[in-house]
Amino acid sequence: MSLLAKFAPLRDAYSAVRAIGRDPFGVTFDSVDSPTEGTLSGRKVILLGTNNYLGLTFDAESLDEAVQALQESGTGTTGSRIANGSYRRHAELERRIADFFGRRHAMVFTTGYQANLGIISTLAGREDHLLIDADSHASIYDACKLGTAEVIRFRHSDPADLERRLRRLEDQPGHRVVVVEGIYSMLGDCAPLKEIAAVTRAAGAYLIVDEAHSLGVLGANGRGLAEATGTEADVDFIVGTFSKSLGAIGGFCVSDIEDFDLLRVACRPYMFTASLPPSIAASVGSALTRVQRGADLRNRVMSNARHLYDGLAEAGFDLGPQATPIVSLRLPSVEVAVAFWNALLDQGIYVNLALPPATPTNQPLLRTSVSAAHTPAQLNKALAAFTLVGQMLGVVAAPQRALAV
Amino acid sequence: MNTDTEILDTIVREIAKVAPRQVSVTPATSVTRDLGLDSLAVMNFVLTLEETFDVSIPMDRIAGVETIEDLVATIRSLKKDAPV
Repeated sequence: MSLLAKFAPLRDAYSAVRAIGRDPFGVTFDSVDSPTEGTLSGRKVILLGTNNYLGLTFDAESLDEAVQALQESGTGTTGSRIANGSYRRHAELERRIADFFGRRHAMVFTTGYQANLGIISTLAGREDHLLIDADSHASIYDACKLGTAEVIRFRHSDPADLERRLRRLEDQPGHRVVVVEGIYSMLGDCAPLKEIAAVTRAAGAYLIVDEAHSLGVLGANGRGLAEATGTEADVDFIVGTFSKSLGAIGGFCVSDIEDFDLLRVACRPYMFTASLPPSIAASVGSALTRVQRGADLRNRVMSNARHLYDGLAEAGFDLGPQATPIVSLRLPSVEVAVAFWNALLDQGIYVNLALPPATPTNQPLLRTSVSAAHTPAQLNKALAAFTLVGQMLGVVAAPQRALAV
Repeated sequence: MNTDTEILDTIVREIAKVAPRQVSVTPATSVTRDLGLDSLAVMNFVLTLEETFDVSIPMDRIAGVETIEDLVATIRSLKKDAPV
């Protein structure tokens, strides 16, 4: 029996998806031409599933800074900061990100996934308890597996359930660390952070918020859901990524906790990975400057999100609970979802296909992510395509034909 | 609600509410294979049981549960550990 025989059910499911049309998990663009457009098999497509919330991947200043750093410092760092040392731009970026969040300390990781993996697995030790939302991102679940703390899940975005679970731990030794996300990546819903922060604080527990999808998007200054909900003082650690709103790659954690820098020599996903190339650190710093320059991009991405969300709701689609830059459609079956995804691509619209068990409610989803760079014309074209395909596949009702007079 | 029989009876009642078809549940019934529940439904079923029994089952303990009997034993031991 082959080493990979254990994946037979996965192979069968994957084959069934590919039998319907293209391979949704193996799309290769000829070129990505702008934050909102790519070329696929010689045809232009609108990118509506790339988490490019502020549209900064082609920002002129970020490109210039990155090119300059690339020429000054080379293509890569060839090792971790513990072994090879830090570049000036790493230290500068950490200072900038700490200042942006108004925190004393920041630590930069090579990916957002590693930021969660490293921080969560290192903060909670053998005697401690991690309390994570049941719909947490895979990086949070994987961090739990890497660490040694006991892990307890609470019902998605349910502060009362979290409170009960914290109460049950009252007489147990060790610390409690609660982990939630600013915007959940599948349905685009926000955590009820005010209530979660209140029960966490009342229990004397620590709170980590992953602002991966909310950095640069929520809050008057773009600091995320904690800023938007006025809970920053109750959040002990903010984790996030540079790969979405800031248009590059990398992850970070900021905090005011004493002895924060000890994490640099305790956190294995930080210690044993090559550090960010200086060109990436430079482009992230420049993108952060752009975020700080004004609220125009966050206002635009939110108004674009509302436009798409309202249009899809009006067409009759079953959507996530609120309009954020992640707008997801719930579909009745995997077959319909895959056919829908293929038909949208035929119409020149690229979105993400999310299939159970990666989805929170066991329903397949078509997940879109809206950008500040999307034009009204692009969003309207997408809305028309969704409506057409939705009616064709019977997901939404076709309009009543006007009665002849 | 702390004896094995009481715990088992409660679990059987809860299964009847969520299982897609009628299943005869014995201590040897597999939680993941025999109840007709997919992995997500099993996770949600565990969340409901935790509420019913007022316990939190840590993820590493859930991973070790194969049969209904294992589930009963896990809940009983967590109930025993809980402060009165």
